[in-house]
Amino acid sequence: MNLTACLVLAALVFACGVFGMLRNRHIINILISIELMLNAVMINFIAFAHFRAADPTAGSVFVIFIIALTSAEMAVALAVVIALYRQRHPLDVERMKRLHG
Amino acid sequence: MADPATSWAIAHSWLTLALPLAAFLVNGLALGRRAPRAAAAVAVLANFAAAVVALLVARDYFAAAHPAPLLAWSFPWLELPHFAGGLMLGIGCWLDPIAVMMLVLITVISTLVHLYAAGYLRGDPGFGRFFALLPFFAFAMTGLVIAPDLVQLYIFWELVGLASYLLIGFWYTKPAAVEASKKAFIITRFADAFFLIGIVLVATALGTVQFAAVNAPAAGAALAASPVVFGGHSCSLLALAAVLLFAGAWGKSAMFPLHVWLPDAMEGPTPVSSIIHSATMVVAGVYLTARLFPLFAAAGSALFLAETLGAFTALFAAVMACVQTDIKRVLAYSTLSQLGFMMFALGVADPAAPAGYTASMFHVFTHAFFKSMLFLCAGILIHAAHTNDLLGMGGLRRKLPVTHAATLIGCLALAGIWPLSGFFSKDAILASAWTAGRPWIFAVGLATSLLTAFYMARFYLLAFHGASRAAGRDAHAHEDLLMALPVALLAVPSAAAGWFAEKYFAQHMLPPGLHTAEHAAHAPWVPWLALGAAVAGILYAAWRYGRGFIPSAPKNPAVRLAWNRFYVDELWQVFAHWLMFTLVAAPAKWFDSVVIDGSLDASAWVMQKLGAAQRAWQNGLVQRYLAAMLVGLLALWLLGGLAK
Repeated sequence: MNLTACLVLAALVFACGVFGMLRNRHIINILISIELMLNAVMINFIAFAHFRAADPTAGSVFVIFIIALTSAEMAVALAVVIALYRQRHPLDVERMKRLHG
Repeated sequence: MADPATSWAIAHSWLTLALPLAAFLVNGLALGRRAPRAAAAVAVLANFAAAVVALLVARDYFAAAHPAPLLAWSFPWLELPHFAGGLMLGIGCWLDPIAVMMLVLITVISTLVHLYAAGYLRGDPGFGRFFALLPFFAFAMTGLVIAPDLVQLYIFWELVGLASYLLIGFWYTKPAAVEASKKAFIITRFADAFFLIGIVLVATALGTVQFAAVNAPAAGAALAASPVVFGGHSCSLLALAAVLLFAGAWGKSAMFPLHVWLPDAMEGPTPVSSIIHSATMVVAGVYLTARLFPLFAAAGSALFLAETLGAFTALFAAVMACVQTDIKRVLAYSTLSQLGFMMFALGVADPAAPAGYTASMFHVFTHAFFKSMLFLCAGILIHAAHTNDLLGMGGLRRKLPVTHAATLIGCLALAGIWPLSGFFSKDAILASAWTAGRPWIFAVGLATSLLTAFYMARFYLLAFHGASRAAGRDAHAHEDLLMALPVALLAVPSAAAGWFAEKYFAQHMLPPGLHTAEHAAHAPWVPWLALGAAVAGILYAAWRYGRGFIPSAPKNPAVRLAWNRFYVDELWQVFAHWLMFTLVAAPAKWFDSVVIDGSLDASAWVMQKLGAAQRAWQNGLVQRYLAAMLVGLLALWLLGGLAK
């Protein structure tokens, strides 16, 4: 277990997130993909904090910030999704055109 | 008798301009649609007031022993100090003998014609519109004759052209009237284009357009001294400018070959023909030639044109008048012929011996009365017989006694029978041609007099004598009071204006710069010869038409030629339709539709295609944007790697 292995893992998880974001049209899948990309970033933070940083607490603090921010973001996003679902609106992003300019 | 300097009327001579304008505005904006009868009353009263002012102006102006030109009122509206000499343009009221004479003619005849039109157009849907347009014409014509400079004259010159266009096309649902109005407008505009070039030439060369300055000998000398080189040929600016200025008169006074618009202008209502196309507007060309007489005399070229064109038109139109059967067209050709008389009289005059000039102005004066009256009579005849065709009239003398008497006076006056007005003025013109040493012009004038007497007698006999050929259409023929009164009032000057004004015209209606006229050697036999020619013409007409002879479609080729108006209209048609259309209009249209429209269409097409190509990127699908972003990032990364 070294830094390179952690970075490769993070890159793979990030690539999965990008692929899932481009490939999926269902909004919940896209939200999951975004979550994957954020997790990849957090792995990087932790890995660098563990192997390189003089004070590892800085990286942990950022990770905790990101977890807080993503949970807030998800709360808003899921609220929108549920609102759309209640209106029997398809959850396909290509068909979400009601506010299309 | 008031002194011109302190006269109320002269100080307020601008009223002759303002009153008809006010009537036009009031009737055009307010009364015309809502209260046509009130509009007619306003128009008649405004013109009557203007006529009273004009008569007072004339009384005070001619009170002086030698009436000198004076600027009664002026208002400068444009100063061009950068122009050579500091050009100043204004609107003003410039009174000289001929301007005051025209002022009286216009306002008096206009008042009577307005009165007549109130009867003539009764019940017409355009009644209110007519009483807005006719005061507009009176306004424009007044502004034309009192113009102190060429630019004001030109502005009002175009305004009378506009009034003429609007009134010829008064019955705008009739295709013939619409075509005639366009024809009149385009032909006179064609001539006016040259007129405008002449004005610009004079303004740039002299730095002034005031008649007083343009007519001064110094102006003629300055113009004569500046040469013009045109395609290798050199002539003086004076000769060129004079011919260009005369071109305006050429079109407006309908000299050959631009005369074709005037007979067609008879499609307008008869009161319009009476005032615009016989008494006032068409003599504007003669008036312009008289206005610029010293300049034209210095140039020579314009007066030569006036003389030859005038004499030719006089005879040419008289020949056509002899065979026409449309009552108004006979009078229209007669007007053309008389305009030719006025024009050649000016052409034979010269500043030292201005007999032709005074004779021409005298003829303008007398002709206006009897010709406008004859047109008004023709209008009554048309109403009585419900046709314009002389062949459908006949025997109307008992039903229309006032019209009959007035027409008789008018015909005899036009034929030149003593002691009616036309005798004196026509005699003065013929005598001036003879004493100026132009025997050929004199001979043409004499022949025209004979033809004039013939066609007027024919007109009179066909309309009033013989059995009725109206086939019952004239059963309700009567004379409306509103129509008969102006006719009766005009009959007085038609009969008496000659002996009343003869001496005065010969001595005081002099060209600018001349104060006393030497009594020209008058050939005493000229009046007898002219009278003899007139009597011969009348006798021939009486022999021919007095016994119930009715003209049929002409078989004689010479008569046919005159009947078809010498095919001048057809020649113009060839010129206008073939030459102008195929050589100018069609290539211009091709250029417009292919080159100009084509380049615009092409640029629009290119833009549209570019937009369509880019539109696919702006589809609103965030995932595509993201994919594009990733591809772009990858590309940048690769490029960065390559660059290293």
